[in-house]
Amino acid sequence: MTLMATPRVCVLRAPGTNCDVETAHAFSSCGANTDRVHLFRVLESPGLLDDYQVLCVPGGFSYGDDIGAGVIFSNQLRGQLSEAIGRFLSEDKLALGICNGFQVLLKAGVLPGGAAAWATDPENHSPDATLTWNTNGRYTARWVRLKIVSTSNVFLRGLDELDLPIAHAEGRLVPRDPDVLSGWFTNDQVGLCYRHRPHDGQVAGNSDATPAASDPLLPEPHNPNGSTANIAGLGDPSGRVLGLMPHPERFLHATQHPRWTRLGLSGDGDGLAIFRNAVEYFA
Amino acid sequence: MLWEIEVRPSANETDREAARVISAGRDLGITTVRDVHASRSFLIETDAGSDRVAETAGTLLVDAIVEDHSIRSLDGSADSPTDDGNQLINVLFKPGVTDNVAQSTLKALGELGLPVEAVATCRKYRVNSDASATDLARLAERVLANDAIEHIVEGPLAIDSIALGSDYTFQLQSVALRDMDDDALQRQSRDGQLYLSLEEMRTIRDHFTSLDRDPTDIELETIAQTWSEHCSHKTLGGRIHYQDESTERHFDQMLKETIFEATTVIRERLGDDDWCVSVFRDNAGIVTFHDTLDVCFKVETHNHPSALEPYGGANTGLGGVIRDPLGTGMGARPVCNTDVFCFARPDTPVEELPPGVLHPRSVMRGVVSGVRDYGNRMGIPTVNGAICFDDRFLGNPLVFCGNVATIPVGLSTKAARPGDLVVTVGGRTGRDGIHGATFSSAELTDESEELSGGAVQIGNAITEKMVVDVVLEARDRKLYSAITDCGAGGFSSAVGEMGEELGVEVWLDRAPLKYEGLSYTEIWISEAQERMVLAVPPENWDEFHSLCDSEGVEAAVIGEFQDTGRLVLKYNDTLVGDVTMKFLHDGRPPVIREAVYTPPPEEPLELPSRDRWDEDLLAILGSLNVCSKEWVIRQYDHEVQAGSVLKPLVGAADDGPSDAAVVRPDLESARGLVVSCGINPHYGDLDPYWMAIAAIDEALRNCIATGADPTRIAILDNFCWGNTERPETLGTLVRAALGCYDAAIAFGTPFISGKDSLNNEFAWDDESGQRQNVAIPSTLLISALGQVEDISRVVSMDLKQSGNRLLLVGHTRKELGGSHIALVNSLGGGSVPRVDLDTAPERLVRLHAAIGSGSVRSCHDLSEGGLAVAAAEMAFAGGIGVSLNLDELATVSDGLQAAELLFSESPTRFLVEVTAESESTFREAVEGQPVVQVGTTNDGDRLEIISDDGRTLVDTSLTDLKQAWQAPLDWN
Repeated sequence: MTLMATPRVCVLRAPGTNCDVETAHAFSSCGANTDRVHLFRVLESPGLLDDYQVLCVPGGFSYGDDIGAGVIFSNQLRGQLSEAIGRFLSEDKLALGICNGFQVLLKAGVLPGGAAAWATDPENHSPDATLTWNTNGRYTARWVRLKIVSTSNVFLRGLDELDLPIAHAEGRLVPRDPDVLSGWFTNDQVGLCYRHRPHDGQVAGNSDATPAASDPLLPEPHNPNGSTANIAGLGDPSGRVLGLMPHPERFLHATQHPRWTRLGLSGDGDGLAIFRNAVEYFA
Repeated sequence: MLWEIEVRPSANETDREAARVISAGRDLGITTVRDVHASRSFLIETDAGSDRVAETAGTLLVDAIVEDHSIRSLDGSADSPTDDGNQLINVLFKPGVTDNVAQSTLKALGELGLPVEAVATCRKYRVNSDASATDLARLAERVLANDAIEHIVEGPLAIDSIALGSDYTFQLQSVALRDMDDDALQRQSRDGQLYLSLEEMRTIRDHFTSLDRDPTDIELETIAQTWSEHCSHKTLGGRIHYQDESTERHFDQMLKETIFEATTVIRERLGDDDWCVSVFRDNAGIVTFHDTLDVCFKVETHNHPSALEPYGGANTGLGGVIRDPLGTGMGARPVCNTDVFCFARPDTPVEELPPGVLHPRSVMRGVVSGVRDYGNRMGIPTVNGAICFDDRFLGNPLVFCGNVATIPVGLSTKAARPGDLVVTVGGRTGRDGIHGATFSSAELTDESEELSGGAVQIGNAITEKMVVDVVLEARDRKLYSAITDCGAGGFSSAVGEMGEELGVEVWLDRAPLKYEGLSYTEIWISEAQERMVLAVPPENWDEFHSLCDSEGVEAAVIGEFQDTGRLVLKYNDTLVGDVTMKFLHDGRPPVIREAVYTPPPEEPLELPSRDRWDEDLLAILGSLNVCSKEWVIRQYDHEVQAGSVLKPLVGAADDGPSDAAVVRPDLESARGLVVSCGINPHYGDLDPYWMAIAAIDEALRNCIATGADPTRIAILDNFCWGNTERPETLGTLVRAALGCYDAAIAFGTPFISGKDSLNNEFAWDDESGQRQNVAIPSTLLISALGQVEDISRVVSMDLKQSGNRLLLVGHTRKELGGSHIALVNSLGGGSVPRVDLDTAPERLVRLHAAIGSGSVRSCHDLSEGGLAVAAAEMAFAGGIGVSLNLDELATVSDGLQAAELLFSESPTRFLVEVTAESESTFREAVEGQPVVQVGTTNDGDRLEIISDDGRTLVDTSLTDLKQAWQAPLDWN
């Protein structure tokens, strides 16, 4: 197969996935050739994944998050699709996990290690990190301010700061130990961090300094879940995989912003760039 | 072997569940429970060896970074070591209650290669050893478990199996009705939980006497379900003789002659411009939206289940109403949800609770969680709602859940055809929800919990999401000819209704069951959740079945539609029921009721005389009905599906109260839907006629304020009333319905669907053995579904900038009856706000034109608390200072005192922010309407209000106003 200018995107949905339609819409509106593919089709024929350049696990409550967020879906990726996922990661392709998709990629072990870790620890016996209950103990939906940290992650190219909504109960990123955390910063794997989100008319309460492992935790609502080092999204060392708790597919149009009627916003929303970056990677 | 894998937060993690338990215990005055450790455990029945169990379960069920776990085998003995002297309490689901986590765990363990027979989940609490037995018992009963669905085991679990169900031995049951006298008939109705009247029981007896046989149990149950108030709306659809202070009127079908009739008149008047598609005949109403999509709307109540088990009741309430549009026409795609609740005050003292009543705080927490978990999991944004508080909701809270959905143009009708297969899709049938339809039609008592525990269900939103996905795919492939939802009454209602015009034969033994042991009657009337019934032509069955199978959805053929006019029920080929559709649907004797309304004497209401009104304003902002509901709203995903245009919370800090939500159901189109509501039971205490009109006015105002087109708003009615067998209770309902008719006609706003819930009362024996009874205040919810042509024109309520003008549109009169200024000053009487139906409709049209002209920067309707509250909300939402001067308003509002101008709740009023440059454009657009400049915006941070004679009435910082508004329900 020749490399196509229009990448094929697989938006992988499982029972309980519920952001697949708008996520597919986001990729399509950036020019991608997008399919919503049911996980059961891939479990039947794992080779299906080979047809795609971008794999996206969208948000939702896969299998009801019944045992823990993303647990059952991630076990299926790890247990039944190990080879196909390994092959996908080792090629020059992109993978994106949003919200529940981030939880799935992290718990499966696609993140934070990417292709290399997938190959060396096939059972994911010693996970580096987890996403667990928000500090406030409940599902929370609100908009957050984000600062891009990674300079190498494909999805985040050209971005600096943006507003996006979060909507989750288990979004607090907890690394196994401090070395894991500092390794992410060293390897440029920290994708985005929560920032102070000022009220309209207020000046932001934080400096422009690049986020670091030693940053104090921002309080709620700025860091909405108590995530370690205010991390909202994480990449793999290659920069071709990204997982994030905020929902970029919910900010494709200015009218989705909570303050659009007062800020006079129109046109595209900030979230679109993340999908456009993925599509343009193959241009 | 039965294994228990117990999982608890690791040492450096917070034990949130334990913290919740301790705090909730403290609220109840439990003092000796100081130290709690909470954990969850999985009980796994398997023949696999301990190593395999440890390895597989250990990886799947535990998050090693934040959790610790232990594994033990259970052998039925109770001599396992206790934990450090703590007292151990286990909470398990009662047999037959849906355990979603256990089901998922069973499947996932299987996929990992562990052969598992059964899984159950359990919550465990270890409490300090010196906690008193009384406190522990109260904690267990009130905080740890809900007796309606769960049971408690103290100490180590002495079980060795969790197998469910037992074999069922078929035995045909008949009921010797022919021999029964009136006493026996009444006893049969009550003891069998049929809740039929004597007249109805006699009719059934006589019918079977003429057939020369007794009914079988399933026949009697089918008739009871079909004739229940819940399913047939016999009171409001029936004959009513109504009398009030000036008129006397006889209705043959009350609702048809008021609410439906208004729609008929409006549609006739619209002629070719009629935009209603399907009204009052399907599970939801349908109106046009754009070239390719129509839109559906339905609001239902789930009051009685929510009173007993708030989480499950609200959870399945939302799940149920989502199935209504899905079962409307050929099936509609859910777009957004609404929810409105009525509770008693959350700070009600525990000692004031009657027996059998859950604390309103627990009810509210449970209801909110139930709605949250269903809507969020389904991926349907919950975008609009309201919460009303009144002590009369103590034993009988109200839970209204609504769903908006889109359906392709041309798919609004359906019909099963002879030979079509009766197909059930989705959840399996279990013993849950038996007698829900008949139970919800009865009064609640302190024994309801015991009597009707089976009426409580737990939902599984993921199952329903999967059903929605396959059903809509099957719809687009044209694989079925009709569809309806399985709600109250289960298969009995769903299949009975679908086959009403035709006839149907059902094979009950073919329904997929959750566990063995159900009788044929239980299968027929179970209200197990997440099921739809479809009519599938036999030639499509294979494709339909494989489509369902491909997404893991269960589908089964359970019968065949036949052109016989009969409902024939079989179990393993044995006939167990045979009733004509005619008797089932037309055989019910008409209900004839008396309705009387006597207006209460109008008593004068005078506000106290004061120099300053700051405290009154703060008290209203901090009253439960007005205060911020952010704690609730932020737990709902209000943006999934990416259609959000105007969120429930808006403004400079994303926390002001939006009048309505605007969503875009089709991301390729700029056209939007506007969702709002109106409700005010306080007005109903004074006059239900004006309450109904005020509720409609409020719902419309909320829609219009954001930019909705007044000629494209559809409304729904939900009547929640007490026992309408009392003529005076029915009288208030009829009076409200008359208000609905008059307002709908005046505004040209059609009702497209509705629902009533009667018998919302709670009865118990007090300490002296006296029977006590509390009826809810008569409550009418009006839900509005509006449309905006171009979402970029939408206006929000938060003030936008300093230096702008604030204009009040509409007349202010001395209307303080049922108002919030009266409430916070404990004043009764006064005149209830009255909508001027001659002028109000034009005001909405004009304001819409003004918003369309682009001259409106922000707009907020005036409701509870009047002008003062509207101005305060706009100011703190926008973070913009406001200075009001009542000079001009006092001049045009003859003789009103300053406080009356500030707090009157006269309807059809709006406060509008315009720039100096656009004021003339605005005034042109609303020409002929009463418009008064009442103030300006500034770059300060206070709300200042000056009277017409120059006195300061209010001068308070926006921070204090917002704080007062946010404090009451700022829960953790």
